[in-house]
This record gives sequence, C-alpha cells and structure tokens, in this order.
Amino acid sequence: MSKTLFDKVWDTHVVKKVNNGPDVLFIDRHMVHEVTSPVAFLGLKNRKLSVLYPNKTFATADHNTPTINQHLPVKDSLSANQLKTLERNSKNFGISFWGLGHKKNGIVHVIGPEYGITLPGATIVCGDSHTSTHGAFGAIAFGIGTSEVEMVLSTQCIMQVKPKKMRINVNGKMGKGVTPKDIALFIISRLSTSGATGFFVEYSGSVFTEMSMEGRMTVCNLSIEMGARGGMIAPDDKTFEYIKNREFTPKDKNWSNSMKYWKTLYSDEDSKFDKEYYFDANEIEPMITFGTNPGMGISITKGIPSIKNNGEGSISYKKSLNYMGYSEGDEMIGKKIDFVFLGSCTNGRIEDFRAFAKIIKGKKKNPDVTAWLVPGSHKVLESIKEEGILNILNESGFELREPGCSACLAMNDDKIPIGKYAVSTSNRNFEGRQGPGARTILASPLVAAAAAITGQITDPRTLF
Amino acid sequence: MAYDKFNILKSRAVPLKIENVDTDQIIPARFLKAVERVGFGDNLFRDWRYDQKGKLKNDFILNNSLYEGKILVGGKNFGSGSSREHAAWAIYDYGFRCVISSFFADIFKNNCMNIGVLPVQVSESFLQKIFKNIELNPKSNFEVNLLEQKVSIIDTKEFELFEINPYKKENLLNGFDDIDYLINLKDQISAFANKTPF
Ligand code: SF4
Repeated sequence: MSKTLFDKVWDTHVVKKVNNGPDVLFIDRHMVHEVTSPVAFLGLKNRKLSVLYPNKTFATADHNTPTINQHLPVKDSLSANQLKTLERNSKNFGISFWGLGHKKNGIVHVIGPEYGITLPGATIVCGDSHTSTHGAFGAIAFGIGTSEVEMVLSTQCIMQVKPKKMRINVNGKMGKGVTPKDIALFIISRLSTSGATGFFVEYSGSVFTEMSMEGRMTVCNLSIEMGARGGMIAPDDKTFEYIKNREFTPKDKNWSNSMKYWKTLYSDEDSKFDKEYYFDANEIEPMITFGTNPGMGISITKGIPSIKNNGEGSISYKKSLNYMGYSEGDEMIGKKIDFVFLGSCTNGRIEDFRAFAKIIKGKKKNPDVTAWLVPGSHKVLESIKEEGILNILNESGFELREPGCSACLAMNDDKIPIGKYAVSTSNRNFEGRQGPGARTILASPLVAAAAAITGQITDPRTLF
Repeated sequence: MAYDKFNILKSRAVPLKIENVDTDQIIPARFLKAVERVGFGDNLFRDWRYDQKGKLKNDFILNNSLYEGKILVGGKNFGSGSSREHAAWAIYDYGFRCVISSFFADIFKNNCMNIGVLPVQVSESFLQKIFKNIELNPKSNFEVNLLEQKVSIIDTKEFELFEINPYKKENLLNGFDDIDYLINLKDQISAFANKTPF
C-alpha cells in the first residue's frame, strides 16, 4: 500500500495500537528545558520511577535565561531556582545537561540539529510547541505537555491519536527579499491559526527542495502557528550532508544502515492526503503581521484589511486592532517602531544573521530603535564572530547578546515595554507575548533589519 | 499524577466570548517560573484580569460577580499557541473542571484531558445558544455528562452530544492517566527499543 512520508515514520514507531484509542508511539529523542520539566521530574519522584532511557533525553537551559552577563549568577531568584532544579534533575536522573555557559548551550530547537540529535525518520518530542522545527529533517517532531514529558521520561513512549495528513505544495521562484519566513507567514495568513488543527503537514514542491536546511527549519517551526501538530519535509542529499559527522549522528556501519531507512522516506506517488493546498511562490511578497495572532499577516506593501461589521470574529478582530493601535485600511509601510528583535528558534540561526547583516552593512542603526540581536546558540554565536558578521553589526551600531529565547517569550528581562512596537523575527504576536502590553509585528530578518535602520516599517527591497 | 474522576458535572458557567484565546493569555510566560504545580489559578488570564498596577479590571468576565461556576465557555479555537500545560493547570486550579468551545487547539486539549479537565467541543450554533442562555440568565445551569457524552442547557432542555476518544473517556471516568497504562507495557516497550535504529 502506498504511504505518505508521515505514515512511514509513524508506523515504524508504533509499539502498540490501543483498541479504539490512541497509538503507543516510541520516542527516539526527547529534548528537555527548564520551564516545562520540573513538575514532570517531580511526578517521577512521587511515583518512584526512573528515566527509562537517559541517553535518549537531552536537557538545555534556554527559556528563562538572561542574555547578558551569563557568567554571573542569575539575579532573579525564581529563574535561578528553576535553572538549578533542571541541573539537579538532570544529574539525579542521568541526563546530559547543557546549562548556561556550556559551549553547546542554546535554544532547544537550534541545538538539536547542530549536534545531530535531530535525525531523519526519528520521533522527537519536547515540552515546547515549536518542536515542529525538527521536522525539517524528515522527523516526526511535535510539542507535548508536562504530563507527557513525564510519560516520555518514564516510558520513552507517548499515547497519541494519529493525526490527519495535509500536504502544502509551494512551487515557483521566490522573489527578491522573500525569505522562508515570508513563505510560512503567507501560508498561515491563508490557512488561519486553526487551519491545520488536527493535521500533520508535509511541505512539498520546488520552493522547499531548493531551500537551505535553515530555511526548512524556519518553515517547519511555524507549522504550529496554523494549528498543525507538526510539519515535515522529505529528507534529501542536502539533509544528509547537513547531519553527516555531527556529534550524535550515527557513524560508520550505523550510518549506512540508517541511510537505507532514510532513503525510503518520501511520500509515495499515489499516497493520499486528507487535505492538500497549492500556492505559487511568485505571488508571495515580504510579509508582515498587523494583529495579535500569526494568521493576521499581509504583504508588506498592502493595507490592513477591513472586516464586515458584526461578521464572524469581528469582536476579536477589533479587539486585536485596538490592542495594536491600528485601524482598518492603514498602510503598514511607514509605521513607527521602537524595538527590533532578531532571534528565537524561528530566525535565530546563522543564515538569519547573514540576512540581517546584508541589509545593515554600511548603514547606521536608527538612534530611536532599541535592537536586541540574540543568537540561537553558542555555535551560532561562534559563526557570527568567525564570519565577520559581528564586525558588520558593531560598525553599524548594533550589539550582540548571548544565546537564549529572550524576547520571544519575555520570561527573562528582555521585555518590550507597554505600548511599544517591536518588529520581531520570532513566531508569536499574541497580546503580551513579548511583555505586558507589548505590540509585536512578526517579520523576516530582512524586514527587521530594514526597520532597525529606518525606525519604521520599510520594504527591505528598497535597501539592497 | 492521577486526578479526580469525572462523571457528571452540573454547574453554572462563565462565558468568555472571545475567539482564538491563546495559552499566553491563559497564563503569561512570566508566571511559568515555578517548579511545582501550585498557585497557577491566581494568575489565570492575568493580564485580562488585572491592570498594570495589579488592580482588578472590572470589565473582565472573571471579575464580574454575576458569573461563576465550574464550566468555562470560550469562543472558537480555544487554547492555541504554546504547549504549556500550565494553562490547563491554571484553569483547573482556578476551579474549572470543564471547558466548552466550538474548536480546540490540539495540544491544549490533550493537556486538559491529561490532568482531568474535560474539553467539550460543541457546534458553533450550540455554543452560541449557551452564550445566549447565560446572557439571558447568568444563574442558569448546564450539565455535562461524560458517560453519555452529552452537554445540556437545563433551562431550555436543549442538548448536544460530543465526541471523545473512548480510551480517554475511560481514563477520565476512572481517574487514570496514561502513565498508569504505559508502565504496564514495560516489557513490550523494551523489546521494541532494542529494535529501533537510533
Ligand atoms: S525561541 Fe521562543 S518559540 Fe522557540 S523555544 Fe524559545 S520560547 Fe519557544
């Protein structure tokens, strides 16, 4: 029987099918961070259970960490306690822990691929919804809740009803100034934030085969923002080239054995999807959001759409525009901004810093803009230095911070103040996501760079 | 953690007539620093309930003494965004045992069921009937019957059946969780693990 990529990976991981119930799914890789794990470890202790396969679990500190002076003790006592708790739990349960200051430390979804923890055809979970990022390698990767973290720690399995399957095809050429972030924001604007709820998505088409691994990660990362459990892209030579010789990638005979499995990972020609969409990349422009969910996105050159009075969702729509201080019909270009955030597991990789540098090179940061540039990991930070990007940033008046989630969720001190506008390369523009009262405008690293230079929403295509 | 059994819940309901309520609203990230599952109810809908100075906002539904109950009724696409189970904990800790909406985000729905909060998905038209009923009479009661998979508006005797995975239903009725189930599969799991490639 013909199968989709998703079916192939899922079916190889089913330990047991429960009658009328979910499948018991075996998990190959489990990533853990400080925020969603403490109660899970506490649960293990209360039930007197151990971690079944400690070498399949990897812990990092990222959500609740400062992005300056990481060598000093963490000032906030609650945060410090949470970080200590993860360190202690990792030690007690025999899990490898890459804490603050460790050279492999970074955002959980950035370091997974960097060290070959993320592999094609694997099942990967983490107590974080953007686990979908790892799907870029042809893995089934999805976010889970804390009860499920406890489940995976204690049994290496999770109970899941098999989601439905969706394929999103994007063909054509990506235009000047259009990045993987724009492709994703475009798709979300068409499907809405709940358009893929209940589905697992496969991205297919020339746009994705031509895309770099970093770009694929950005796209898969944002799958959750249209409600999907995850997104994946069939592995190809680019994928294998990327993972080869990384620390945790299979070696020698294990590599060739794995390769046999990996080569089978694509959707068979006549395989069936429950839903399928087709988009043309030629029609996609640099995107920007104007509201308080990632589905409220438009081409940067367009105005804010109007909504029918009292139509479905009109109360929420108006509430959203009111929060943003915008009106129907407003042009986005030219709107003043106060902050720029480059970073997160969506756009905190080296390619994103290259893109940012391309725009700002030889120009000066706008004095009215506060810019937070936060690498996704120490490895990214190192590359920024090695490639000379740091110099370019410094010459233009930008500073670099230390790795972490930072203003993506504003658990640490990196909070956008009330009422201020931030152009952010992260993934969520929810009310208060970047700090109470903060107004977030999601965009690509190119749009973020353009805004950092001009102090207002600017079409990046006018700057290069 | 095993939780209280869920069977029949008869209660008034609190109407939250907003769509796309995301988990960042249910519990903002800055309240996720705890290492134990205590006190999350205090910060449920924190930034909608309190202003910047910590004063109650009178126009928010949870602050209106007219409304109370163990059932929270939310607009379409409830619980999207972050996977934080803290959102479900906050709802539970505040005193809700059931959330009714016309559409739920996946992870949120799973999280609820894993801690004993029942997510009930009804049609958009039935959801509007519920809202209407509370509007007309804030004291009106509703009944959620898990065994019969039925939610009823007591005043009008209208009802709708809802779907739930039979395995999850069994768990909720008995107060079991998935770990109880998985622990019993230990041998099968380790046999499987020996065959896996990574
Ligand atoms: S960068 Fe943002 S989205 Fe990514 S893991 Fe951190 S908090 Fe979550």
